Amino acid sequence: MMERLFTRDTQAIFWNNNKKAIQRMLDYDYVIKRETPSVAAIVAPTSSNKFEKFFWGADEIMVPVYKNTADAKAAHPNADVLLNFASFRTAYDVTMEALAIGGFRVMMITAEGIPERLARTMINAARKANVTVIGPATVGAIAPGAFKIANIGGTIDNIIKSKLHRTGSCGLVTRSGGLFNELSNIIALNADGIAEGVAIGGDRFVGSVFIDNLLRMEKNPDVKYMVLLGEVGGREEYKVIEAVKSGQIKKPIIAWCIGTIAKHFSSGVQFGHAGASANADEETAVAKNKAMKEAGIYVPDSFNDLPKTINEVYTKLKNEGVIGEIAEPEINTIPKIRRAKNFVCTISDDRGEEATYAGFPISSVATPDTGKTIGDVVSLLWFKKVYPRWSVDFIETVIKTVADHGPAVSGAHNAKVTARAGKSVVEALVTGLLTIGPRFGGAIDGAAKYFKYAYDNNMTPAEFLSYMKKQGIPIPGIGHRIKSLKNPDKRVEGLKNFAKEYFPSTPLLDYALTVEQLTTSKKENLILNVDGTIGILMVDMWRALGYSEEQIDEFIESGTLNSFFILGRTIGFIGHILDEKRLAMPMYRHPFDDILYDVSKAEEI
Amino acid sequence: MAQKAIREYDGKALFAKHWENYFSGFHYGFKSVLVTSGEELLKKAEEHGFEWLKQEPLVAKPDMLFGKRGKNNLVLFKVNKPGDVTLEDAAKWIDEKRSHPVTLLSGQSGMLTHFIVEPFTPHTQEQEYYISATCVGDDDVLYMSAEGGMEVEENWDKVVEVRIPIDMDDADIEKEIKANVPSDIPDENKTSFASFAVAFFKFYRDLNFAYLEINPIVMLDNNEMAILDLVARLDDTAGFLMKDAWGEIEFPTPFGMEDQSPEEKAIAEADAKSGASLKLTVLNPKGRIWTMVAGGGASVVYADTIADFAEATGGSIADLANYGEYSGGPTTSETRFYAETVLDLMTRYKDDKGRDKILIIGGAIANFTDVAKTFTGIIQAFEKYADKMKEHNTRIYVRRGGPNYEKGLKDIKEAADRLGLNIEVYGPETHITDIVRMALEK
Repeated sequence: MMERLFTRDTQAIFWNNNKKAIQRMLDYDYVIKRETPSVAAIVAPTSSNKFEKFFWGADEIMVPVYKNTADAKAAHPNADVLLNFASFRTAYDVTMEALAIGGFRVMMITAEGIPERLARTMINAARKANVTVIGPATVGAIAPGAFKIANIGGTIDNIIKSKLHRTGSCGLVTRSGGLFNELSNIIALNADGIAEGVAIGGDRFVGSVFIDNLLRMEKNPDVKYMVLLGEVGGREEYKVIEAVKSGQIKKPIIAWCIGTIAKHFSSGVQFGHAGASANADEETAVAKNKAMKEAGIYVPDSFNDLPKTINEVYTKLKNEGVIGEIAEPEINTIPKIRRAKNFVCTISDDRGEEATYAGFPISSVATPDTGKTIGDVVSLLWFKKVYPRWSVDFIETVIKTVADHGPAVSGAHNAKVTARAGKSVVEALVTGLLTIGPRFGGAIDGAAKYFKYAYDNNMTPAEFLSYMKKQGIPIPGIGHRIKSLKNPDKRVEGLKNFAKEYFPSTPLLDYALTVEQLTTSKKENLILNVDGTIGILMVDMWRALGYSEEQIDEFIESGTLNSFFILGRTIGFIGHILDEKRLAMPMYRHPFDDILYDVSKAEEI
Repeated sequence: MAQKAIREYDGKALFAKHWENYFSGFHYGFKSVLVTSGEELLKKAEEHGFEWLKQEPLVAKPDMLFGKRGKNNLVLFKVNKPGDVTLEDAAKWIDEKRSHPVTLLSGQSGMLTHFIVEPFTPHTQEQEYYISATCVGDDDVLYMSAEGGMEVEENWDKVVEVRIPIDMDDADIEKEIKANVPSDIPDENKTSFASFAVAFFKFYRDLNFAYLEINPIVMLDNNEMAILDLVARLDDTAGFLMKDAWGEIEFPTPFGMEDQSPEEKAIAEADAKSGASLKLTVLNPKGRIWTMVAGGGASVVYADTIADFAEATGGSIADLANYGEYSGGPTTSETRFYAETVLDLMTRYKDDKGRDKILIIGGAIANFTDVAKTFTGIIQAFEKYADKMKEHNTRIYVRRGGPNYEKGLKDIKEAADRLGLNIEVYGPETHITDIVRMALEK
């Protein structure tokens, strides 16, 4: 077990999108000047959000949201604390799943009323895996000045008043969550605050009990003495007594068990937690207080005298030099009024001296001497990454390849007709762009999608063909008006040759070529066309760059591939529009004789 | 809440419902009825399937979650000699027993309302065994003894304990139980007792019992089992998993506890309807010190401290009138209802020694409950009861912290001053229970 439960670097995965509690953690982080947010990720199985915005001081930050713990843990391997805020119905499953995933050091479970047998199974499994469990039925734990779980400590005002914003010298363990704040306040008023505090939880079966926490605090050099607030019922305090007697715990302990009232009422009245009833004489608060006192633990005469005892022990340790002065750290203040931002931008920033593309000043990528091309700018602004030369060159090749395909294609034709109607460049351009879709230009998306699907599912070319036949769709990216294997499309040849030479590997292209062999054996012109080649090579490029299949699917779904076509073809459309303007062509009207008129008189119904 | 007791009848009904799944090879007749009067018993005897009530000698006893019924002389098994109780005898006996309050040896008292009636099972002392299971520490423990019956506690040294860790698999559980069958069980019965014990443990485990005891379990010929007496508690937090296995099971209020005052009942009903927690127990309606404390832990330390100081200042524990708490973010109207109930109870009786009444409005430093908001409900109750509170010379002591506590304290002070009530208010700089000292040392 680590000697400190949490440090300033500790990060958690928060299971359940409990926005208020997470915001309180981040407010605390900001106040104590943590460098990283204490919540690395959120798991929310039913959320479709990718991230959730939170305040960080007056600013906002984004915390990523995942659908399951495994994905969150894989993306944030350093987050070794699980804050399990699932309900009593699912808390068990969430804990067991996280134990199976592994890599968690501490798990906190907040749900109250988990079935006892499930709680015991879960606690036992965690113990075997050497995982510290806090709870169930708890508000959690805090390492002042380092890490705070969810709602413990209350408001920021109270946290500062109770000196929970910086390391003190007391180790605090309570059963009650409600009295945890109160004890922190008492310790702040009568001593110098706490170094680590845990509310172990009110259910009958909890993961870490008093002794587990006190033994860790014994090893924690920040902790100079401990305060234990127990409750009537159970025998956990006797384990502490044993550890004191055997010398396992040497640091002074101040302790009190609440519920001394019970001695006045023979039966019937339930004082405190439902689990907090004494089943035997030794389990009463009076007996436990007496036994602890006899073992040399500092036990006041009553709860009301607890502050005095704490002050006496603290003063003694201070005079002995065990406790030194604590330097009060500088803290940040949370602004009283802060406004949530309506827009988020993650690609460029114009607030500084010079605007940046994904962190790179424009001047560092714009001029020829930088060696950067339009492909570099696309990689920065579209993908927020610096792509290697070969892929930047490929992007540029694609843009150049698709720039224009003559005036007869429908998009260019629309742009020309609009320009001749006297509309502006931008108006004519968008009519051309609006033509782009599933039939015009969309084959890039489609080719990438279906070829990838076939490849991922290990379909033979024949299986792929019959699959597409069943779908009732011609294979996107296959077929050309006039070109064939014997009379190849030079643009396709160029792309293929570039890829063969510069791509680390081209598995999907290789697969597509086997499909092409089959299709061309049926009909000569069913070749892999330029749209298909681009879509397929983009997938190969992203795979070579290390993107996951999910990320690549997301690129395809969000229309990233078509974007290359839109970008490239814009160059051509503008050319056609300017051409029309220079030629001052009149308004276009389509000739009658080019239209088949077949109009019959409408019948009355 | 966790562990809740169920009736003996319901426990036996659970056995019967799941018998074939767990105890195949053994036989259990489940001849048992639960009635609330002699008349109901007589009617039951006319129903198809319950002819045995008229044909067999009977045993009748209250089924109200308390034990030691034999020692309390509350088991009818004979009129003149064991096994001669007829249906009419049982009906008469039930009607007699439910006609007057009963006080048990333990001191609990109340009215008997539920009775279980079963056939009398002739058997010998040697056929009586003891078996029970519960959780002790981290492990389940199965207890078995060849000596069942009323005297099992006196013969506890003959009881064998088998500890079963939570992660032990079925094969090891069987091995462990079979290896530990009490040696004084006759050899011819050992094997079948062992299989019964294994099945009993799995039944206890799978149905989420917190405690299950059959004493005695009687092993008759041909693997016929008679469950003569049964005590069971269920882990009610498992209710959502056990909907089908348990069916619509009842968790009755323990005997002697049902005499709640109308006020306590009203608070319990409000609690059941609310997402917040509202609890009230009247300890002494004529008591002098009344509390209205926010939070479960805080309510305990206030009760502790009042007991400490009442005795130290010449009073007694009888001065403490009530115990309870409100927490979990009650609405203003819920807080008002709670406060009005307490104030109404507080102003019913004058203190018999002529002393002031003391009202403690206490609480720890709240995490996120808006203190000003909850105090609004209390202030509304003050407005209604101010005159009565003055008649009883009520001194009010307030201590609270948490969000908006400054405004809460200011509001309640101003309201009390306006109404002419005697009040002192303190925040988190004052120790949580120190207002008890101030109130009682004055």
